[in-house]
Amino acid sequence: MSVEVSRLTQALELGMNEQEYRNVLEILGREPTGTELAMYSVEWSEHCGYPRSRPLLRMLPKAGKYPTIAEEDAGGIAIGDGLYVVFKMESHNHPSQVEPKQGAATGIGGIIRDIFTMGARPVALLDSLRFGELDTDLGKHLLQGVVDGIQFYGNCVGVPTVGGEIYFHQSYRDNCLVNVMCVGIAREGQLATSKARGVGNPVYVVGNRTGRDGIGGCSILASHEFSEDDQKRPTVQIGDPFTEKCLIEATLEMLASGAVVAIKDMGAAGITCSTAEMAAAGGVGMDVDLAKVPMREKGMEPWEIMMSESQERMLVVVEHGREAEVEAIFEKWGLIAENIGAVIAEPVMRVRFSGEIVAEVPCASLAAAPVYHLPAEEPAWLAPLQQTDLSALPDVADGNAALLALLSSPNIASKRWAFEQYDHMVQTNTTVPPGAGDAAVIRIKGSELGLGLTADCNSRYCYLDPYLGAQIAVAEAARNLVCVGADPAAVTDCLNFGNPEKPDRFWQLKRAVEGIAAACTALKVPVVSGNVSLYNEGPDAAVFPTPTIGMVGVLQRIDQHCTMGFKQSGHQVALVGVTRPELGGSEYLAVQHGLEAGMPPALDLNAEVAVQHVVLEAIRRGLVASAHDCAEGGLAVTLAESAIAGNLGVSVALTSVEGRADMALFAESQSRIVISFDQRQTHALAALAEEMGADFHLIGSVGGDRVTILVDGAQQVNLPLDTVTAAYHTPLYAAMGEA
Amino acid sequence: MKFGVVIFPGSNCDADCHDAILAVTRQEVRYVWHEETGISDIDCIVLPGGFSYGDYLRCGAVARFSPVMGEIVRHAAVGRFVIGICNGFQVLTEAGLLPGALYRNDCLKFVCTPQPLRVERTDLPFTHFYAPRQVVDFPIAHGEGRFFADPETLARIEGEGQVVFRYCTPDGQVTAEANPNGSLHNIAGICNAGGNVLGLMPHPERRCDRLTGGTDGKKLFKGLVESLLLRSISRR
Repeated sequence: MSVEVSRLTQALELGMNEQEYRNVLEILGREPTGTELAMYSVEWSEHCGYPRSRPLLRMLPKAGKYPTIAEEDAGGIAIGDGLYVVFKMESHNHPSQVEPKQGAATGIGGIIRDIFTMGARPVALLDSLRFGELDTDLGKHLLQGVVDGIQFYGNCVGVPTVGGEIYFHQSYRDNCLVNVMCVGIAREGQLATSKARGVGNPVYVVGNRTGRDGIGGCSILASHEFSEDDQKRPTVQIGDPFTEKCLIEATLEMLASGAVVAIKDMGAAGITCSTAEMAAAGGVGMDVDLAKVPMREKGMEPWEIMMSESQERMLVVVEHGREAEVEAIFEKWGLIAENIGAVIAEPVMRVRFSGEIVAEVPCASLAAAPVYHLPAEEPAWLAPLQQTDLSALPDVADGNAALLALLSSPNIASKRWAFEQYDHMVQTNTTVPPGAGDAAVIRIKGSELGLGLTADCNSRYCYLDPYLGAQIAVAEAARNLVCVGADPAAVTDCLNFGNPEKPDRFWQLKRAVEGIAAACTALKVPVVSGNVSLYNEGPDAAVFPTPTIGMVGVLQRIDQHCTMGFKQSGHQVALVGVTRPELGGSEYLAVQHGLEAGMPPALDLNAEVAVQHVVLEAIRRGLVASAHDCAEGGLAVTLAESAIAGNLGVSVALTSVEGRADMALFAESQSRIVISFDQRQTHALAALAEEMGADFHLIGSVGGDRVTILVDGAQQVNLPLDTVTAAYHTPLYAAMGEA
Repeated sequence: MKFGVVIFPGSNCDADCHDAILAVTRQEVRYVWHEETGISDIDCIVLPGGFSYGDYLRCGAVARFSPVMGEIVRHAAVGRFVIGICNGFQVLTEAGLLPGALYRNDCLKFVCTPQPLRVERTDLPFTHFYAPRQVVDFPIAHGEGRFFADPETLARIEGEGQVVFRYCTPDGQVTAEANPNGSLHNIAGICNAGGNVLGLMPHPERRCDRLTGGTDGKKLFKGLVESLLLRSISRR
């Protein structure tokens, strides 16, 4: 076999295609070395270089109500008071399917590093999780493992896990989704950059030693779909939260010293990615000697060192002459800080190993992955599915049973089993904890400002219509923020889709990105950071298209926050918004009729904006006592959840929709919020709604120890609050064998 | 009065304790790095929660060998105050400043939740602002908080009245259902025989602000400041 053929074989094994290999030949004008080939394979993988999704991502708006910071490891916004919020969501799906505890744990570690590498102190975590059915052994095993990984890592590093979501659906059976979001706060002058500069400045590896874990994790594990008999365990990294905690403190202390020129997290593709991208961003080059990298084991090859995804490491360009300061800080925290090379003027990555040059490539070529414009095609099965005739379905026969079935559906039931395993209070900023509101609220010490935080996506809607579903994900995230009193401010997205090389999957991705772009533009919220996770497929099918939306909102005054629980007997209950005749894609349809069909509920972005304005303004003026978005399960579930959270009964009277009670109770029409308030505020609220052009209907009152709902005067639901509460709170404990 | 909050590598409630004590007492509060040995300026040393040394080996087992611990033992011996919260409590039992040990929760999970406690002693500097048998809410957040002691030690702790807080129901009943981790006798916090060293698994520093869940923890720190003040006045 000739050298070229064997190198090509090697390239294919590393996940590259033949054309990409030819491109490398052209760039270098010669055969690549093994190390060089490894570097290109990871940098051009979907996980690092986004060659397949980049053309779509340009559609997303980058500017909004608040000044935006983008183009670093994470994005952010300036919120006033000299404060910056930096945040990002990232997936760790494939590692979690293979090894759920370490997969989730290292996902948390990685996203936290993305935040503090920007000079921001991590203040909150959220996770959006999706598994196969909860009544399967695999589903339980993955849920248990992932939650264990999140608590193992998040609790130890002292960053509170304040929110998130958990859904179960068979499409995730062979490919769970673990999307983790971290939020950090930096003050004026604290933001750091990853742009390397200053010829002669030393380059340091800091944090942990480098081992053989996670080699090729991004190119092999994250950029291909799962097939039947995969052996991928060695590509999952192992996390050490104690080292991460020390690394957070050491890094922030080092950044405060002013001795740092540039810094970047070593995540996917380890040293390769961090060196090449820092140099490329700064328009300079780097010359590093891998023999100087502190190793965990002996005999590692240069390409292994370049590709290792050992956790808890950062790459730092230090100002020449201030090396001792940096080394002293890391010594204090018991961490490694090793000078492995320097910034050079020539824009190349020169990699040595014990004197020998093992790689020398132009930095820009590594950072500029090829771009693919893939064909998109609407799947043929979609239109018939959307047009499913739902009018022939019988109306709800037993409202009590239907409501209890929905409340105990794993997708709606309380997630307390998970979030009480997370330290959601550390840092003493958690103002609205998990389970208390539609979003989490944290305060910012020393400021009147607060942050609302949420992560949302209804992937069934995206399956039925990726454009509309993605729009709804954005609208619902914003609505959730409004319900806690936060002004929706900016988005991070995590796009989980199937194999983009299949035109129907790529169509879903394309339509979803268009939907996000349209909704974000209408709501004036920019997308400041994000992550794309493709190839989420098992042997049978792709996951439901899942564009998870992480959104951050701003409370101008933290004391003006709101929760979802009813507060007082005698308070009035009103619906802001309108219930429409739409059962398509609803949880009710899935639970009661075993159907996942029809069109998702319609979304009128103007109506959405009006409803959000009314409720946000009402909360700011102190007019309302509780606010809760209508989502899965519709109005009946929303009312029950507010009753459960407030431990107070509720009694309401609704009118049927097109003569049907099921639609009044369980339709998932968008742009609806249930509020409760003192009777004396009724007039002010009605006037506010009219002024903003939103619908406002008084539907009942808080009180008693039952949940009672009439439709057209007929009793549809009449249940003791205790029964409703038990149905909502026990399912996850019961499924996990703890009830 | 001056407080010192110790930072071990892996501590993660150090800033919470610092900020809460400062806000509640308006006294001087400074951080004490675990390698420091000059703490004679400090009246009350606080060992905060977290995962010192990653809780590797055993919670608190490595931290007790930090240089500052020798000083803290001397500090306690002369009657100065020590508070260990959560991981800090674990460190105090490892260091022998408090009896007993903290085992893995009987539910085998980390549990983070609001938690009612009954104040069992109100004659201590830490608790004299509370009413006898008052029920307070200090949240818990731990995986290894099951208080254990051999029968003899347990009898001594009970006999000497060293139990300061017990897990209870919201109306103050000490029952098995109210016990979140399987602690013997629902013990959530104890003091030493001298009453100047307090260790507890729940977090009073997380209940010092109305905005973040309540203010039941304030009286612990305020009470301490006042008793020290009274003590220094009576000395004069």
